[in-house]
Amino acid sequence: MAPPVLSVRNLRVEFPTRHGTLVAVDDISFDIAAGEVLGVVGESGAGKSMTGTAVIGLLEPPGRIARGEVILQGQRIDNLKQDEMRKVRGKRIGMIFQDPLTSLNPLYTVGQQLVETIRTHLPVGADEARIRAIQLLTEAGIQGAEQRIDSYPHEFSGGMRQRVVIALALAAEPELIIADEPTTALDVSIQAQIIQLIKKLCRERGTAVMLITHDMGVIAETADRVAVMYAGRIAEIGPVRDVVQRPQHPYTKGLMGSIPTLEATGDRLLQIKGSMPRLTAIPQGCAFNPRCTNVFDRCRKDRPEPFTSHGSQVACWLATQTIAKTNEEAGR
Amino acid sequence: MTYVTQEEATAISPRIGNTTSGNTSAKTKSTHASQAEGDIITVTGLSRKFDVSKPWLNRVIEREEKKYLKAVTDVSFTIRRKETLALVGESGSGKSTVAKMVVGLLPPSSGEVIVDGQNIWGGGDLGPLRRRIQMIFQDPYASLNPRWRVDSIISDPIRAFGLAKDNAEIEQRVGDLLRLVGLDPLDGRKYPHEFSGGQRQRICIARALSSKPEFLVCDEPTSALDVSVQAQILNLMRDLQDQFGLTYLFISHNLAVVRHMATRIGVMYLGRIVEIAPSAELFKAPRHPYTRMLLDAVPDLAMSGRPRKMIEGEIPNPISPPTGCAFHPRCPLAFDRCKAEVPRPTNPNSDRSVACHAVEQGKI
Repeated sequence: MAPPVLSVRNLRVEFPTRHGTLVAVDDISFDIAAGEVLGVVGESGAGKSMTGTAVIGLLEPPGRIARGEVILQGQRIDNLKQDEMRKVRGKRIGMIFQDPLTSLNPLYTVGQQLVETIRTHLPVGADEARIRAIQLLTEAGIQGAEQRIDSYPHEFSGGMRQRVVIALALAAEPELIIADEPTTALDVSIQAQIIQLIKKLCRERGTAVMLITHDMGVIAETADRVAVMYAGRIAEIGPVRDVVQRPQHPYTKGLMGSIPTLEATGDRLLQIKGSMPRLTAIPQGCAFNPRCTNVFDRCRKDRPEPFTSHGSQVACWLATQTIAKTNEEAGR
Repeated sequence: MTYVTQEEATAISPRIGNTTSGNTSAKTKSTHASQAEGDIITVTGLSRKFDVSKPWLNRVIEREEKKYLKAVTDVSFTIRRKETLALVGESGSGKSTVAKMVVGLLPPSSGEVIVDGQNIWGGGDLGPLRRRIQMIFQDPYASLNPRWRVDSIISDPIRAFGLAKDNAEIEQRVGDLLRLVGLDPLDGRKYPHEFSGGQRQRICIARALSSKPEFLVCDEPTSALDVSVQAQILNLMRDLQDQFGLTYLFISHNLAVVRHMATRIGVMYLGRIVEIAPSAELFKAPRHPYTRMLLDAVPDLAMSGRPRKMIEGEIPNPISPPTGCAFHPRCPLAFDRCKAEVPRPTNPNSDRSVACHAVEQGKI
């Protein structure tokens, strides 16, 4: 098997504050292969965006990577110097943010921004860069790209702007794209178009994608594998079909049950009591234990490690126990 | 704990009280013949336009006409007691503008909103009516005054409408309301910033319920919340509806949420209701091409592999909407008539109505 494009090992992100150190991301590991879309899903405060920012090296001080490694194509990038990291950013890792209006400069035309990005990272002349820019915009689904290239960002609608941002992210042919809530600011009909576009362009180019979102629907549509995050940790990671249809972690189960769907018309939604703990008060043991319905003694004492079960990795003592039991029975 | 006792409910509105007693309908006579028994809200021909023209001098120099944005055009619907009517649509479809006009925050350009026989935009004393209509807003961070303690926020409607005799009774009521929405009565002494988003939305619900309303307008009440918290709030809203016989006008862009909450659903596009139908029917057999498109766009969470048609294009600019049916540039079934003529709702006074030429001519 080819080595993964991105490999994150035991990543821990800390924020030292006056009131003690806050751990935003706690000991997480995952890989993304070429052409693969890894969905990172979780509620606000789960640490999903923080993981993305840590990978691309844009953590705001005092936030810092306290432990662990980020490896891009076999090269460690978490300990690079600022100017070396700048060459990686944009060239090897592209970013798509939630709000397309704030990720484009309002004072420059779309063309100027694209040409600048292309020329910064690739050895091409101005004319060639412009041709490439038009080509990228066309690929991103902007009609009449020859004319639209000289428009300013405010002359585009929200969906069109997000297409421009996608074109920008892909401009330097990166190996990895980090898309942080790329469709959250868009309407449903536009959202479907943008998801399809990201998926198509990355598949064609073999670009690995880390798709960060709170929307399970988007994940189910787009991702190949999904990591469910809770309180800075990965609760469950596995193939999207397994996680969505046969969730094993009690948190994932609760999360899936709490989403209203078009098909089911049950009277009540499943609800998880309470809310995500604040970073200042993450419970001991399993972070989910105060909200879990199946909690037992061990959950309150020891933190569960990811355990391989049915092709997924689950960090839950209950799942670990069940699997151990079935294995034992099978052995007999 | 009882929140509105039978006697109180009867006193507030003889119509929802004990209807079996026989003489209640005689006591209150509907002043509007158009409002059928059982309807709490009747909205007829509601329109609202906003002046978006340039300043006078610019208009004169640049020889420009005045420009208007038609946010809502000719919207009519009725809501029956204890049901939930949902309005869905994408941004700019005018659903929030309708909500504001129905609740009495924004005057319509034309049309009327009749609540229990009284036109709320027809002048006259609205005091007693206002108590019976309340609103829950989208953003629980913006809709609570950060300088007020939670108990003052919740008790404000009680004081404003004079619903309690003394402070002890107010305190009692606030405590009851907090418990009702799943908070602790002691939370009343805290400030809004001490609560999470979901808890704040609970406070908003408690405030809305404090004047003992019958009708709640909920404008995207869970859009700012995480899914697990959204589930809690939606469950709470349904429990409260069952407990107090509330009527909801529920505004949302999320079809799945709407499916979960609504009895009937109106689909809005560029200021008009294009289709209105009972919830189950709308999802089983959508008729308007736009409704079909919206349903297709919802991500397939069950991964059933249901076939989806890709949607083309975007919502047009509401300042210069397309002629005829506003949806025709994106519609796969559009023909000549759609470009020229605005489609009328097929049967405007029934439960199920579609405004589409193609449907009318039996093309779908």
